[in-house]
Order: sequence, then structure tokens, then C-alpha cells
Amino acid sequence: MSTTAAEGHHADHPSGIMRWITTTNHKDIGTLYLWFAFIMFFVGGFMALIIRSELFQPGLQFVDPQFFNSMTTMHALIMVFGVVMPAFTGFANWMIPMMIGGTDMALPRLNNWSFWILPFAFTMMGSTLFMDGGGPAGGWTLYPPLTLQTGNALPFVVFAIHLMGMSSIMGAINVIATILNMRAPGMTLMKMPLFVWTWLITAYLLIAVMPVLAGGVTMLLTDKFFGTSFFNAAGGGDPVLFQHIFWFFGHPEVYILILPSFGVVSTIIPTFARKPLFGYSSMVYATASIAFLSFIVWAHHMFTVGMPLAGALFFMFATMLVAVPTGVKVFNWVCTMWRGAMTFETPMLFSIAFIILFTIGGFSGLMLALTPADFQYHDTYFVVAHFHYVLVPGSIFAIIAATYYWLPKWTGHMYNETLGKAHFWLSAIFVNITFFPMHFVGLAGMPRRIPDYALQFSDYNQIATIGAFGFGFAQLLFLWLVIQTIRGGAKTTDQVWEGAEGLEWTLSSPPPYHSFTTPPLIK
Amino acid sequence: MDINNSSPKRSAIKLGVIAMAMFGFGYLLVPLYDALCDVTGLNGKSSNVTEQQTVDFETDETRTVTVEFITNLNEGMQWNFKPEITKMEVHPGKAYQANFLVSNKSNHAIIGQAVPSVVPFEAANHFIKTECFCFTNQTLQAGESLEMPVVFVINPALPERVTTVTLSYTFFDISKSANNAEVDTAGLTLTTQDI
Repeated sequence: MSTTAAEGHHADHPSGIMRWITTTNHKDIGTLYLWFAFIMFFVGGFMALIIRSELFQPGLQFVDPQFFNSMTTMHALIMVFGVVMPAFTGFANWMIPMMIGGTDMALPRLNNWSFWILPFAFTMMGSTLFMDGGGPAGGWTLYPPLTLQTGNALPFVVFAIHLMGMSSIMGAINVIATILNMRAPGMTLMKMPLFVWTWLITAYLLIAVMPVLAGGVTMLLTDKFFGTSFFNAAGGGDPVLFQHIFWFFGHPEVYILILPSFGVVSTIIPTFARKPLFGYSSMVYATASIAFLSFIVWAHHMFTVGMPLAGALFFMFATMLVAVPTGVKVFNWVCTMWRGAMTFETPMLFSIAFIILFTIGGFSGLMLALTPADFQYHDTYFVVAHFHYVLVPGSIFAIIAATYYWLPKWTGHMYNETLGKAHFWLSAIFVNITFFPMHFVGLAGMPRRIPDYALQFSDYNQIATIGAFGFGFAQLLFLWLVIQTIRGGAKTTDQVWEGAEGLEWTLSSPPPYHSFTTPPLIK
Repeated sequence: MDINNSSPKRSAIKLGVIAMAMFGFGYLLVPLYDALCDVTGLNGKSSNVTEQQTVDFETDETRTVTVEFITNLNEGMQWNFKPEITKMEVHPGKAYQANFLVSNKSNHAIIGQAVPSVVPFEAANHFIKTECFCFTNQTLQAGESLEMPVVFVINPALPERVTTVTLSYTFFDISKSANNAEVDTAGLTLTTQDI
């Protein structure tokens, strides 16, 4: 890959498959991440539909309970590590150098490596479904002693998680190194777009907690194969310890999944409200506060293990405190829209739905934070409803919104707005049909991760299953729209959106292979 | 653009070191958790104290505490395991003995390790065992039966509001691991917590 051409737009790279394997270009790697996430989205979605099919009626219809459990486990692992995280890393790769006026990511070779680990990690994890004893079926939280009963699949899952962790740590190191070193002169930290800010903080979270998960699963591995007793009570260990380690990772992890979404929404809302973001600096501080709080609330996932009153109170109040910076964000978005000259293109529709539906998920989170009430909700479908509300119309809607928002910039073509709106309405309606009834069955006592249920839960489960299939098929429309836009369509301007502001819009659409070869002037 | 080439590299190395340190921190959580459980009695880990210390207690005849015994077997272990009596009234400060009956129903020898746990957790540090079958592992031949004693004393410092203390034992089959590893009985903690 020797480039003798003068600096400029000329992009000299191998063609065909070798271009993608050897690429160190931030846009190519961003594209790879996004396509990988898109493919895994359909794989994980297919598993969700297997789960929902089985739950359409009480009793066992299609799959045996072991396979059902490995579907819930794999669905979660794929959606968390294979969809939301790579998708946001893809956006980070594409957009951060463009937003801060850099040429590329700071560590391009590391970038290539961190992507190409992923397909292998997920192939390895997926292969466990075909092994003796089946895939992991103890839930994505991997609690022992259940998970230690996994057959041959366990080491494969553990090593796959190690690889995913390495990939996201390297991605995070790259993001931080880029933001700290590659900014154009004059781009001070407090002038950075909020998407860059949220990613900077997310990257620090990733570096802080992914290694802890890696340590935890390594302990599982040595407990199972090397006679250690971290979680084995007979040898002096304690399974509850794993829950502490897991959720010390797990709670920052859920903010890793949502903070970049906040960045996306904070970028899109001002564009279509045609007003600058309300309370920029409070948004930055709120993001940092949420990140800090994420480290001291983990035990709210495990109130029922039994903890001293002081502990329960601390984790309850600390958890409720998260609502304060999150509320600041929601009010700031609403204030940005207030008296704005709003238009409702597809990215804006998804962003507004994000605010409303994410807030619903936030409120059910507050209910779960209440220790005495949590004893009723724990491990029921209410929890499932809660985290799907913050992850599907939360993170996933933000990913979809970001795709519609930036796709014209990436491809130089405008997507089909009519189909985009159709995709929005189908998604917004079906996502609620899917997940809203889960609140009710959860409050009525339906436990999660069980393939069968009592007769009285049938109606709501059938509604949820219909919604899930509707939502799933609506995403095929999204796939079609993306392919259509890549292949052709109306030419867009460099600005693309009337109200868009930021360095990325000063580049051509599609942007040159190397973003800013001369640093832009920052006002 | 004015980019100092070594500077992204330096950032990367620093961040890599942080990641490495956090991997270590994950392991550090293990002793931290043990220490926390020791102090708070969290997880019902009870105290094993030598007899010399226990004689210091004054018997409080005016106060009666109910001690209940619960027995469990882990993962289909083929033993019978039950307390001789399920409940006794005791005075804090005085040593009592309770017996547990165990028999091996299987046709082969099994090595078992009992793991004790005390609820409520605030009583855990005040429930002192001076002699217990859980201090060592127990080997039972096929069909063998055994009566196993535990001698305990409740520290009179037990908070007034605690009137019932439940001592639970779970036997684990450690036949496989007993050959490979020394079992650390001093650091035993509870396996599952029933509310």
C-alpha cells in the first residue's frame, strides 16, 4: 500500500476483498463495523423471533427448553456485543475524524485489528450452538453455578468474550487517542460536537470495565477447568461474588450502550429544530456524571441476594440519582426543540421517538431502583420490558436515526424519504406492541428466561409476538433503503441538511477518502 | 497539521496500562469482597474461634435465643443429612452441642464438605463455632452413617432484636476436587442466599 501520489483526494488502495482486509482507513473500517453490526442485528433478531415464536402460546411448541435458553443467552450477547457496540464504533470511526477536523483515526493499524477480531469472535461464539451440549444457556449474565454447567461451549464463549473485549478496548483506545491528539487547531474540548464528547466518555468506560469482565469470565474458566474456587462454595468461594464482578462491569456497560445514543440525538435534534443545542456544557457534565454514577450503582441488579440495609439504601439512592443528569439531558433536548423551526425528516422522527420511549424506559428503571418494589419485579418480564425500552427504542433507534442522518453524507445520495417515514412508523408502532405488554405480564409475575408460562399470560404474549414479527420485518425495509441509497438516488449537497452544523458538513458528499488533509479553520 | 507522531502512541500506551490495571482490579475484587464479608457478616459467614476465647463470655440466663438448624445437599448428592433436633433454645454466652446425622446412600465412597451459613447476617459474627464437622471434609464409605457434632456459643453482644438465629449447612460433593486440591475450610462462605 505505498502511496506515491501527492497528498490529496487520491485514494490508492488494493481493490476487491483485499481492500477491506488490509484497510487502515477510518471510513472503510467504519463501514465494516456498520455492516457487521447490521448483519448481526438480523442474526440476533432472528433469535429473538425464535424466542417470541415459542412464547406465542403456553406450553412447548417449537424448541426444547435448553435451546430456548441458549437463544435468550445468544440473542443478548449478540445484540450487546455484536450490534450496538460495533455500530457505535462504526459511527465513531466514520464521524469523529470528520467532526474534529482530523485526517484519520490516530492508530489506523490498531483500528484494522480491532475490527477484524470481531468476525472471528462471533464465529467462535456462534459455533457453540452446534456443539455437544449446545451453546451457552445460562443467560448473558453468565451467573455461576448455572454457567459452570455449560458443556464444551464454555471455553469458546469465554474466549469469544475475551476477543470482543480486546476489540472494544482497542477501539476505545483509538477513539481517545484520536480525540486527544488529532483535533484541528482551535478545536478545544468544549467546542467538540456532543457525539465526540459522549464517545470520549464511553471510551473511558470501556477501558475501565471490559477488563473486569474479562477477569470475571477468566475466573469462570479456571473454576471449571483448573480447580480454582472463586465461585465454588465447596472450595471456599461464593457465586454471589461473580454477580458483583459482573455488574461492576455490567452497569457501566449499559451506559456504554446508551451514551453514544445521547450524542447522536444531541446532534440530530438541533439540526431539525434549527436551533443550537440547549445547554451544551450541561450536556457534557451530565454525560460525565452519568459515567461516574455508573460505577457506584451496580448492586441494584442484585438486591435480592440479600444485603445489609445500609447497602440496599445506598444503591437505591445512588441509582435514583442517575435520573438527575438523565433528566437534564431530556429537558435540554426538549428545550432545544422548543420554539424551533422543526421539520420531521426520518432521523428527527427516530430521535423524537427516542426521547419519548427512552424516557418510558427510564421511568421503569426508577421503579426497579426502588429496593422493596424490586423484590417483586426481579427477574420478571418487567425487567425485560425495561431494558428493551432503553435498548431498542433507545440505542437501536439512535443507531437508525444516525444512519439516516449521515447516510446521505457518506454516499452522496439522499435516501427515499417516504420509505424512511414508513420505516419509522412501522418500527415505532411495532416496538411498542412488542414491549409494552411485557410490563403487564411482568407485574403479574411472569418470570424471564422460561420457555413456558401460565395460561393467564397468553394474551399479552401473543400481542408481543405479533409486535416482534412486525418490528423484525420492518427492519428489512431499512436494509432495502440502505442498499438503495448506496446504489443511487438523488444527489445531495455537501450540507445535506439545511440546519446541519459542524465540520463534517464542510466536506464533500461523499467525503474524500482522507478527511481533512489540511486542518479546517475553527471559528 | 501539526501532529506529533509519538503522542497518539503515548496515549495508547497509557490507556493500555489502565486497561491492564483494571484487569488486575477485577481480581482484586475477590479479596476485597472477602474482607467486606468478614467485617459485615454479609453472606452469613460465621466465626470459627478457639475455645480459649469463648470462655470469656458470661452466660446471660435472662435471655433466650432460638437456634434453628437447616440442612441441604448440593446437586443431587446421594447422602441423607438431617439435624438430630431442628430447634433449640439457648442462652447467649453458654456453649451447646448439636448433632447432625449423615449417611451415604450410594454404593461408593463420597467425600463431602459442609458449608455453614447463618441468618440474619448481623448474627453471623456473633455465632461462634468451637467445634464443627465443617472444619474438615468428611469421607463416608458406601452405606456408612455418622453422627456429627457442632459445638457453638452465641456471643452475648448479639443485638437485642435478634431472637432467632438460623444455622444452615449445605453438603457439597468434593470427591473429584478433594484429590486435586487442598480444600480451604477456613474461608468458607455461603453458596446461595434464600431470602
